[in-house]
Amino acid sequence: MEDATKKDEKDGSGDAGAFSCPSPVQQYDSVLLAHGGGGRLTHQLIEQVFLQAYGNPLTEERHDGAVFELPAGRFAFTTDSYVIRPLFFPGGDIGELAVNGTVNDLAMCGARPLYLSAGFVIEEGLPMDTLRRVAASMQRAASRAGVRLVTGDTKVVDRGKGDGVYINTAGIGQVVAPRRVAPSSVMPGDAIVLSGDIGRHGIAIMAVREGLEFESVIESDCAPVSEPVLALLEAGVEVHCLRDLTRGGLASTLVEIAEATRLRCEIEEEAIPVREDVRGACEILGFDPLYVANEGRFAAFVPGREAGRALDILRRHPVCESAQIVGRVTGGGKDEVGERGGTGAGRAGAVTLRSRIGAMRVVDMISGEQLPRIC
Amino acid sequence: MKHIDEYRDGAAARALAAAIRKLVTRPWTVMEICGGQTHSIVKYGIDQLLPASVTLVHGPGCPVCVTPLELVEKAIEIASRPEVTFCSFGDMLRVPGVSRDLLSVKAAGGDVRIVYSPLDAVKVAAENPRREVVFFAVGFETTAPAVAMAVLQAAHLRLGNFSLLVSHVLVPPAMEAILSSPDNRVQGFLAAGHVCAVMGYEEYGPIAARHRVPIVVTGFEPVDILQGVHLCLRQLEEGRAEVENQYARSVRREGNLAAQRPVREVFRVTPRKWRGVGEIPQSGLGLREAYAAFDAERRFGLADRRSEEPPECISGQILRGVKRPGDCPAFGVRCVPEHPLGAPMVSSEGACAAYYRYRN
Repeated sequence: MEDATKKDEKDGSGDAGAFSCPSPVQQYDSVLLAHGGGGRLTHQLIEQVFLQAYGNPLTEERHDGAVFELPAGRFAFTTDSYVIRPLFFPGGDIGELAVNGTVNDLAMCGARPLYLSAGFVIEEGLPMDTLRRVAASMQRAASRAGVRLVTGDTKVVDRGKGDGVYINTAGIGQVVAPRRVAPSSVMPGDAIVLSGDIGRHGIAIMAVREGLEFESVIESDCAPVSEPVLALLEAGVEVHCLRDLTRGGLASTLVEIAEATRLRCEIEEEAIPVREDVRGACEILGFDPLYVANEGRFAAFVPGREAGRALDILRRHPVCESAQIVGRVTGGGKDEVGERGGTGAGRAGAVTLRSRIGAMRVVDMISGEQLPRIC
Repeated sequence: MKHIDEYRDGAAARALAAAIRKLVTRPWTVMEICGGQTHSIVKYGIDQLLPASVTLVHGPGCPVCVTPLELVEKAIEIASRPEVTFCSFGDMLRVPGVSRDLLSVKAAGGDVRIVYSPLDAVKVAAENPRREVVFFAVGFETTAPAVAMAVLQAAHLRLGNFSLLVSHVLVPPAMEAILSSPDNRVQGFLAAGHVCAVMGYEEYGPIAARHRVPIVVTGFEPVDILQGVHLCLRQLEEGRAEVENQYARSVRREGNLAAQRPVREVFRVTPRKWRGVGEIPQSGLGLREAYAAFDAERRFGLADRRSEEPPECISGQILRGVKRPGDCPAFGVRCVPEHPLGAPMVSSEGACAAYYRYRN
């Protein structure tokens, strides 16, 4: 990293001093299309922004890709793209999101995150400072999660063709779980452990985007969850499945699992932690917190007998301090719910919720996005 | 949350349900007018706590659902114009017109925006003097005061680029229409708490007396609704037909006079077509002549458009409480939230959407 900085300084001042005609502008306050052209400006952008933020021995080579050795074993490999408006929001920013999201996807595979790539699609005119802040934030998030950013790419698109910057990250991690952590491992009798209160990220974004003001600022829950997940696995908890609750929220995640396994997930409304301010915001907007996005929350499926121990381990980590057992998995069964006479609600592959007043209902995936209601 | 948690208390709800079971000796059919109440009933499973002899039917109190197709078509036509910035409450965007919805207009490049308050649309108009800013004014008595305030504000600012596509409807005439219908089966009403918070409940006395139906002004939380049902059933069992107020923590007899004032200033009562139901006399609000300059239908010359409903959708019967979503052959098959045939499948307050989401 230090080397890269020195090299840039030398390049900039050296070029300016060597010619008598007016030197081309080398330092721009914002990103130009030319920064994506593959020439000197591209090189400068990479050196001065990205490598300065997260250069490491593997990026020193300045090669087309990172070359490294991996220990023996099984690996998880994942990718995700991050598109968010605004780029900076209470509790996080797109850079942090891009690192944590991929780190969390690896953790959900029962893997320890090792290396990430980062691809940027930058909109012409994005202030250079913004890009620097994003890159610095990615480095902080990577350090926090114990993962290294080792390769990347940048492209620049015309002004008006992107929301500032889009980031894609891909990641590789070593699987540490001794058993297969996947929907197919979920069994009747499993407990559903929720890693913390839900709905904060979605409401934080909504509040900024729509200019809604609440008594206190609601911050996103954006965070890496690899540490508590690895703690579960290292303690020998028999983890059957892990899922992070991003878009679509807890409800959509559970529906996916139930549909994939043809089992039933039964959850208790009262057990699901939702912070007071998030509940208030959801009441105002007409949103159901079950469907609101999270960026640092997951559901763990563990055998019922292991649930208490799993909860104890999770709660030792600040990111999981409000973890709760919210339900269980059963083997399907006959229709118990529904408009008198039933509408197939009790079918296998469904999620049911016991409401606060004790009645059962089906939890389905939402169609499209939640839209604020009229009255 | 104060004023909410105590009305979602499981023990209180079960105690009320037990009291209802003890009270009821005969089958009764009660309609909750408001879509918000329908949503609570289905979401919390309130009907499951009631004895089988008590039937709750869902009323027309979903503003999205009753907005007539031709108005949705007009909205789509206006929103498609290049000079227009079209502002709407969120749940109107997915309501199907004849062939597309406002979301498709947005996808095709139309400037369609979700706003939370009609006053936000006035702000957009003030900030963008070169744009024609149109607000889709949909709703019951609850949203009318804010819309009226928006018109007064726009008049005060002398905004020449702001107008409204008005589809405001009134609850009491709809109750009257349901009770007068030959296939009516409603024996008692839960009146909509929020509407009454604005308008009060004096207008319900004559309806209760004329049609011999109890009307209970009711809130939206599970305990509110069970209390409302309990009060309504007690009247039915005792042969009374009066107006009672369960939602006294928010509703006064005369309503909110300060909110009523701008509504009277800006609007006059007009006949209005309800989607799936047809025209109901004196059931809507239209801009008074003094504010006609803010009428988008006039501004864009769309006053005479007419559209027909898809024949397969039985939303009219659903909205009058004659049928329930499960009675419709298209429900959950050809009509789902992704491809709605009618508006009750769209809005979060629509009966079909509530059943699809929580029961299907």
